[in-house]
Amino acid sequence: MNPLLENLRLPAAILAARAAQFASRALGRGGGSTMPGVVARRVAPAVLKQLSRRLPRSSVALTGTNGKTTTTRMVGGILRIAGVRAVNNSTGANLVTGVTAALVSDADLSGRPASEIGLFEVDEASVPKVAAEADLKILAVLNLFRDQLDRYGELAYTGKVIASAFGDLPSDGAVVLNADDPLVASLGTQASGSRTVFFGVDEPELDTGTLQHVADSKNCPFCGTALVYDTVYLGHVGIYDCPKCSFGRPEPGYRASGLAMDGPRGTSFRLETPTGSRELKIELPGLYNVYNALAAAAVAGEAGVGLDDIVRGLEEFGGAFGRVERIQAGNREAFLLLIKNPVGFNEILRTFVSSSGGTGEADNVLIAINDNDADGRDVSWLWDVDFEMLAEKGARSEAAPPIMVSGVRAEDMAVRLKYAELPVGSVIPDRAEALRSALEATPPGETLYILPTYTAMLDIRKKLSDLGHTHPFWEER
Amino acid sequence: MKLTIHHLYADMMNMYGDRGNVISLEKRCEWRGIDAEVLDVNIGESLRPTGCDIFLFGGGQDQEQTLLVEDLSGPKGRELVSIIEDGGVVLGVCGGYQLMGHYYETPEGERLPGLGVMDLHTEPRKPGEERLIGNVLVRVPDPVGDSLREVVGFENHGGRTMLGERAEPLGRVVAGHGNNGRDGTEGARYKNAYGTYLHGSLLPKNPWLTDQLVQAALRHAGEERELEPLDDGAEEEAFRSVAGRVRPRR
Repeated sequence: MNPLLENLRLPAAILAARAAQFASRALGRGGGSTMPGVVARRVAPAVLKQLSRRLPRSSVALTGTNGKTTTTRMVGGILRIAGVRAVNNSTGANLVTGVTAALVSDADLSGRPASEIGLFEVDEASVPKVAAEADLKILAVLNLFRDQLDRYGELAYTGKVIASAFGDLPSDGAVVLNADDPLVASLGTQASGSRTVFFGVDEPELDTGTLQHVADSKNCPFCGTALVYDTVYLGHVGIYDCPKCSFGRPEPGYRASGLAMDGPRGTSFRLETPTGSRELKIELPGLYNVYNALAAAAVAGEAGVGLDDIVRGLEEFGGAFGRVERIQAGNREAFLLLIKNPVGFNEILRTFVSSSGGTGEADNVLIAINDNDADGRDVSWLWDVDFEMLAEKGARSEAAPPIMVSGVRAEDMAVRLKYAELPVGSVIPDRAEALRSALEATPPGETLYILPTYTAMLDIRKKLSDLGHTHPFWEER
Repeated sequence: MKLTIHHLYADMMNMYGDRGNVISLEKRCEWRGIDAEVLDVNIGESLRPTGCDIFLFGGGQDQEQTLLVEDLSGPKGRELVSIIEDGGVVLGVCGGYQLMGHYYETPEGERLPGLGVMDLHTEPRKPGEERLIGNVLVRVPDPVGDSLREVVGFENHGGRTMLGERAEPLGRVVAGHGNNGRDGTEGARYKNAYGTYLHGSLLPKNPWLTDQLVQAALRHAGEERELEPLDDGAEEEAFRSVAGRVRPRR
């Protein structure tokens, strides 16, 4: 298209997007977080390209199966402390339309952005499209687990799709990769045009000793030989080496060591970076959040943020929408922990529900499993979760009532608990009704732990909001 | 008598909750006082049948499937064929099902040879064809009596399996795609070997099928035994919930 014409279309696209956003909210259709992007792209197909070129510090994107939203928010917190204004798509709208919507709402009518840098979480399959248009300087790949396989087919294929975008990065750009995830680390060989930076954990104490049932990539991505693991942290993530070819875990430039986990209260560790080391404590639970913090540190560090700001940003970070969230519900507390896949589910059970580790304190538990696209339509994965750990002696307190289940797949979940030899509480597929009943069953002053899949979480949050306990998500800061 | 559940390639073909099938078999034996043991059989390891066995052969990713073909081309594959011919109990799901046929053609056009014990082969999806994904309801002949029983599961496969003249389908599709999305068949059965695209996981929501496999394994080992009924209330609820959602409205 004629560049002049493109520039004329830009204000029209922004205006149309504003109208769409207004209408979408007025009609109560959720947060209006992608619709403006769809409309803007229809009016001006090059809108994302045009707007992103005007960001003085370009953009960074984060992708991977687990932790995108949390990590993106951590980077956002670090940038805020560093005084860098970032525009991001933080409400889970992670396709190219969501990225477009974020930039459109950040710009004034002439197309001038209010922010200096773009900060996007991007769905794995959308990476090439976003990279082609959004002028990325840094692309981070957090991990690749089996998740919603019905959308993408195969993990190795997903890796190829992501790596195909590396060529769009400039020579002073960076690809940030998880050294401890073999498939992700192997993508490093394809990042030839820009620098490659790895992050990883060195903590032999956290070796679980065995690959979990759910481990996905246990074979060398280059020669197919079974990898030899020194340490297994979670799923297929650990310290490994190929016994046959030259592939092995790369040396991390950003490293966490000396981890001291304090259950739901968070984790202390030593953060090493190319510009120095620091002791810090994050207030999010579980090893997976240490990985999120490491990735955030690497992205911010490569974007030129100093170590002091990185450490402060991570220490002050409070958690992302819906992923881990405490909501006061009258004289009870609701603690929402989003379930995405078996690895995350195991971590949550280990951290919160099982008291074998000495930190679990969840007596009142409601699990809600839906099977919409965003949850994963196939619920086979429930059988890969180690509910058996809860049936071990001492894992649940004697006084703990049976686990309650809800969601479209409540009955599947009930069968899963039965075969783990766990007592099953109420089985109420309707999320709103289950929430009401579970809150009632929770003694006043105690906490109800809710473990929902994505759309079940939306249902439950909406019910909590209807009861006056929280705000609709697009009002969140 | 002790029943051994052989979990073939447990360390790699563990997609789609094969573990649910293992757990279903294990627990339903345990609850009836039948001694059952799970044995993982990985690449390079030979089969160790004990005389009272069930072999579970699950589905994996394409990349891993290639590694298995090599492993099966040796003595292990020949032994599995003779077990099946002899009436041994085998459940192959997805990739495992495909590998019981003559060959499996990859999307790149490479033909990976299967065990050839079932008269079927699998073709890749053609350009423009979708993966076959979703909940499935299948009608299966009842082992006892002439009636038909129903099975629910979840399918997710790119390959299209075509049955040869000598192959008997496991069942007929009521809702979903089945073997190839065209001829209304789902899975295949030969003697006591079952092949299917259904996971979800398959056995937990269809406990009578679990019991049928256990009974066949005991019978094959020379033990005639009625399996005492269990309280399957939760399983039946889970079956009904899925079946009710996918059953075509009339």
